[in-house]
Amino acid sequence: MIPVQFDYVAPTTLGEALTALSQHGDDAKIIAGGQSLLPVLRMRLNAPEMVIDLGKIEELRGIRDDGDAIVIGAMTPHAVVGSDPLVAEHAALIPKAIEHLADAQIRHRGTFGGALAHADPAGDLGAPVLALGATFVIAGPAGVRTVPADEFFVDLFETAINDDEILTEVRIPKHTGWGAHYEKFVRVAHQWPIVAVAATLQTNGGTISEARVGLTNMGSTPIRARGVEEALAGQPATADAVRTASERATEGTNPPSDLNGDAEYRRHLAGVLTRRAVLNAAGA
Amino acid sequence: MTRINLTVDGEKVADDVEARMLLVQYLREKLGKTGTVIGCDTSNCGACTVHLNGQSVKSCNVLAVQADGAEVTTIEGLATDGQLHPVQEAFRECHGLQCGFCTPGMIMQSVDLLKENPHPSEEEIRLGLEGNLCRCTGYHNIVKAVQYAAEHSSGAVEGAPA
Ligand SMILES: Cc1cc2nc3c(=O)[nH]c(=O)nc-3n(C[C@H](O)[C@H](O)[C@H](O)COP(=O)(O)OP(=O)(O)OC[C@H]3O[C@@H](n4cnc5c(N)ncnc54)[C@H](O)[C@@H]3O)c2cc1C
Ligand code: FES
Ligand code: FES
Repeated sequence: MIPVQFDYVAPTTLGEALTALSQHGDDAKIIAGGQSLLPVLRMRLNAPEMVIDLGKIEELRGIRDDGDAIVIGAMTPHAVVGSDPLVAEHAALIPKAIEHLADAQIRHRGTFGGALAHADPAGDLGAPVLALGATFVIAGPAGVRTVPADEFFVDLFETAINDDEILTEVRIPKHTGWGAHYEKFVRVAHQWPIVAVAATLQTNGGTISEARVGLTNMGSTPIRARGVEEALAGQPATADAVRTASERATEGTNPPSDLNGDAEYRRHLAGVLTRRAVLNAAGA
Repeated sequence: MTRINLTVDGEKVADDVEARMLLVQYLREKLGKTGTVIGCDTSNCGACTVHLNGQSVKSCNVLAVQADGAEVTTIEGLATDGQLHPVQEAFRECHGLQCGFCTPGMIMQSVDLLKENPHPSEEEIRLGLEGNLCRCTGYHNIVKAVQYAAEHSSGAVEGAPA
């Protein structure tokens, strides 16, 4: 199907984009890679009067090293983030998640910021970014503000970004040398995860000194598995110890029931996938 | 209407288009390039795959206005001087098709895959073609065709180092 008619602008600076957004208010929608927005417009589930394209704004693209953090521009495509050596070195969890996100064509177009702003509870980037304790940089008419990952995801398809604001970049604290794994459970090719688990951890002579674990599609937002993290700290990276810690993966979750599985099944998956993700991340 | 300028299969084109026009519609309806086909409504099937600035994309999931200033290659632009592209040749040689509807997209994605990974394993081929569905389920010969192309054309694949 074809979207309803809309007006279109493609500003070349962030300032122009913010002005256009303020002028059109509720009637405007931002387009980044379009990989989630265009299917929605084509199904006519949404019909904005104005579409503001961020594709020509160079300042929103690219990856840089900023001391204790890696900074990823909102408009950087998945394929670029997934193959970037800086990201691989300091935030290995991210390329692990991107490897199995959608398919090659969509990874060429879809953007890091677009996926996070879209906030699909089944999206593959939320849990890794939450586990890594990222900070979101958001620009609006009143200037720039930062939001920690814990406060960024509000609900299904809802984030801390207001209607007149644009996500400009995501700062990922360096986790250099940490093991990482993203365990995604799907039934068919290039599907959204039924459940997925993002785990990154630091080991010291076979002992897990610190672990960070995020869950995908176990609630209306990505969830930090703090119970598992606590239980893993100081434990040996062995199958038994990890199995016991993984039993806490369902704490604080509220998984959906749908055609791919009911909540009970998802709770079962969360434990199994956490065990696999942690063991893999530990290289055990 | 928005003015767009782009290069399609080596030719410069300029048009006034509605902002909502999809790139695939533009290619088929405005330029008559019906070699690129539409197989679904959900951006899942990959039949509409083309190259945008040298990278594979699903042209049903890109607005024509987003391709302003870009270089687009469709299945119709792969052959040069009447010579099939090595990947087209491989699909013919290995009978990598049944009804043929998914073929343009399969070939465009295979060219992209071989550019990034000139010698893929079978698993890498299957993963690389993950976004392309074949409803005749001829995947087996499609994978063989990509392997054949990799064996017979190193260096001849679009964009690969000579
Ligand atoms: C067939 C298919 C399969 C997919 N499979 C997966 C999968 O397995 N896992 C997965 O995680 N994703 C998957 N995706 C989605 C993909 O990751 C998209 O790239 C992503 O969800 C949206 O990114 P985008 O840049 O295309 O954003 P767009 O579609 O352009 O925008 C998405 C939303 O975010 C808003 N937005 C975008 N950028 C900004 C910004 N900078 N500031 C404020 N708001 C902004 C837009 O207004 C819009 O509401 C799939 C998509 C398709 C079509
Ligand atoms: S027609 Fe584009 S993905 Fe199906
Ligand atoms: S050959 Fe018929 S869809 Fe693939």
